[in-house]
Amino acid sequence: MRDLAAIAAFAAVVGGLTLGLDSGVWLTFIMMALYASLLAQSWNMLGGYGGQFSFGHALFFGTGAYAQAMVQLSLGWNAWLALAAAVAAAVCVAAFVGALTFRYGLKGSYFALATLAFAEVFRILAVSVDFTGGGVGLMLPLRESFANMQFASRRGYIALVLGFVVAAMGVTSWLRHSRFGARLQAVRDNEDAARAVGIDPWSVKLGAIVLSAAFMGAGGAFYVQVFQYIDPGLAFGPVSSVEALVAAIVGGMGTLWGPVLGAAVLHLLAELTRNLFGQLPGLNMIVYGSVLVLIVMFVPRGLSGVGRSVRDVIRGRRG
Amino acid sequence: MYDFGILFSSLLNGVTTGAVYALIALGLTLIYGVLHIINFAHGAALMVALYAVYLLKTNLGIDPYLALPIVVPGMFCLGYALQRGIINRAGHGKDENILLVTLGISIVLENLALLVFKSDTRTIETAYTLTTVAIGPAMIALPKLVAFAGALVASMLLLAILTRTDLGRAIRAVAKEKHGAKLMGIDVDHVYAMCFGVGLACLGAAACFLLPAYYVNPQVGAGFVPVAFTIVVLGGMGSFGGALVGGLLIGVVESMGGLFLGESLGQIGIFAVFIAVLLFRPQGLFGVKA
Repeated sequence: MRDLAAIAAFAAVVGGLTLGLDSGVWLTFIMMALYASLLAQSWNMLGGYGGQFSFGHALFFGTGAYAQAMVQLSLGWNAWLALAAAVAAAVCVAAFVGALTFRYGLKGSYFALATLAFAEVFRILAVSVDFTGGGVGLMLPLRESFANMQFASRRGYIALVLGFVVAAMGVTSWLRHSRFGARLQAVRDNEDAARAVGIDPWSVKLGAIVLSAAFMGAGGAFYVQVFQYIDPGLAFGPVSSVEALVAAIVGGMGTLWGPVLGAAVLHLLAELTRNLFGQLPGLNMIVYGSVLVLIVMFVPRGLSGVGRSVRDVIRGRRG
Repeated sequence: MYDFGILFSSLLNGVTTGAVYALIALGLTLIYGVLHIINFAHGAALMVALYAVYLLKTNLGIDPYLALPIVVPGMFCLGYALQRGIINRAGHGKDENILLVTLGISIVLENLALLVFKSDTRTIETAYTLTTVAIGPAMIALPKLVAFAGALVASMLLLAILTRTDLGRAIRAVAKEKHGAKLMGIDVDHVYAMCFGVGLACLGAAACFLLPAYYVNPQVGAGFVPVAFTIVVLGGMGSFGGALVGGLLIGVVESMGGLFLGESLGQIGIFAVFIAVLLFRPQGLFGVKA
């Protein structure tokens, strides 16, 4: 219950900020930070609570993105209907990949590399077949209206992605408190022990990957609606996989607020370095990469672990 | 449909490319087998080595093959310093942190290259770049042949180091049982750093053999990473003989895939092999079940 109240408060604050701010730069920042939070929270469901490290979350992202674009372009579906199709497509791909990899008991780095390989297969397929537009990609015509899920103002997109993030936080909170979540965390902590008490690790992990993919697919659909363009590299390349896992780990995996915090901080860092060092190509990313290493070096438990450490220190002094 | 000459030249092409792949994968499998970390900076390190070879050739006129004694120790030192100075310290022994650190290092290295060299693709000219040799019905570029021989010799050398020397014994001991090795007086941190160094030294050698027939740009390493991972998994993580055979196999699969399915779809063969191995024989062709 406390989780839900906190999520509601978070949504209210972000919503208030969005209404109060008039600067396009800040609105874009909020939008992209929320989008990054969505990807990170999605990764966190499988990686943080399920302990299954995916290096290929772009697989679900790209599937959602392509489904969103293709259903609108070739079948002429409404954008909101397309969103449902995008989520469904990502879920189907996740069910297939999850059923296969978990059936064969892939764990740790093997699972990670398998997801990476599946993402690469999809990228090569997207380049090679005709109906995805090949390497050129797909372009969505600009038709701003609510029915087309294209908004004239950033505020519309923020409302949309905030809705996704709140839903993802709700699901994450459910993972923390529900029986399913308890089973998932048991499998993460000790799969053999979990099996011994009657949990079926296969179905639990399958549930987690499907949940995670649903939100990643929504992220892909959102991307297409905002940028109106997708190509194989953007969809299935490593960028969104990396973005999702880095933000989740830096913020703190297996926590409710870590991924949001990580996404916001990393996004702020990326914006700052781009503004400060943007005139020299490469320099901003050098700073970004170095700070990433420094964060890991000095904050090994993730940013949300800092709060915990501070609390521990205070409690330690009292006791 | 395809006559023997085309098939044979494609096979030859695959085997020679595969030998260089094998050398790159050997470095990766050594690092994985001993340190149990997935080194995401492997591609970026290869890129650094390629630029080193490029700079030595263009600025000092040193032939890529003669640059071996400079680039290989250089990469070894880079690897030793990275592991000892950054990865070991920042990793805190947690897999996810080590992953992020190698990722961070690769971001820094790639963008450093972008800053210094811009995103241009560069090649070098040597007297033998366009020389071809006839083997049976096929023609093959001389640099590829040299790369094949060189990669095989380098791999043999690495295997000899691992099986015959004290360092090799220490490395294998740490790989098998870290705590036991420590109790026997082996400096585990030193062995880790040596492994990382040797792993990157393999890339140094690979770069010297690659560049005469290849190119370099800041993103060049990215293409090699999935291929190298595939080879490592195919051969069995941590298996050196497996990496060698796996490299040659993957080279052939890629080249044959390109012949039968076309340039872009051909690469799918590599990942099909990868996924099939992961699912049906995750210990790899030569690995033993953990």
